Amino acid sequence: MLDINDIITSEIADNDVVLFMKGTPVFPQCGFSSQVVQILSYLGVSFKGVNVLDNDELREGIKTFSNWPTIPQLYVKGEFLGGCDIIREMFEEDELREFFTENGIEMINT
Amino acid sequence: MPMTASDIVDMIKEAIPDAKVDITDLRGDGDHYSAVVTSQRFKGKTRVQQHRMVYDALQGDMGSGLHALALQTALPSAPSDDNS
Repeated sequence: MLDINDIITSEIADNDVVLFMKGTPVFPQCGFSSQVVQILSYLGVSFKGVNVLDNDELREGIKTFSNWPTIPQLYVKGEFLGGCDIIREMFEEDELREFFTENGIEMINT
Repeated sequence: MPMTASDIVDMIKEAIPDAKVDITDLRGDGDHYSAVVTSQRFKGKTRVQQHRMVYDALQGDMGSGLHALALQTALPSAPSDDNS
């Protein structure tokens, strides 16, 4: 039986860009999650969406794992990058594009 | 139970005494706020670290008693820009 922290660790180790979110990329179930999906889609970054609503243990576990009280949470190359406010601010300041470029994350819309 | 804007400001200032907090109750329901927090203490910290300082100040109310707080953190602008 895998511990929830092991599941989170393997998600962020196996995928360069992981968004822990409410709902799925196709059908987000929260406005904040939806905003981050839209930003990633706009840039053309492929990412793995993990729906925390599927699993209560994950929904609470990710908050403890990241020491971050809210969802969505974006991980890039194993690092916690931020929640909705930070991602939006980085996007607006054009820092997000820069960050992805520096970290070798492909953006098909640039 | 909803939190008032002044509860939130008080909690942030208790933990970050020099903080300047501009808060807006987005829907007037005591549950969805937007805040811009400015403090010298954010110097040298990443955005994630800055936001964590504010969330820590709210002592676990973020995400439970407080449903949504759109947060932006900043360093104070240069002194010459103040009081202009």
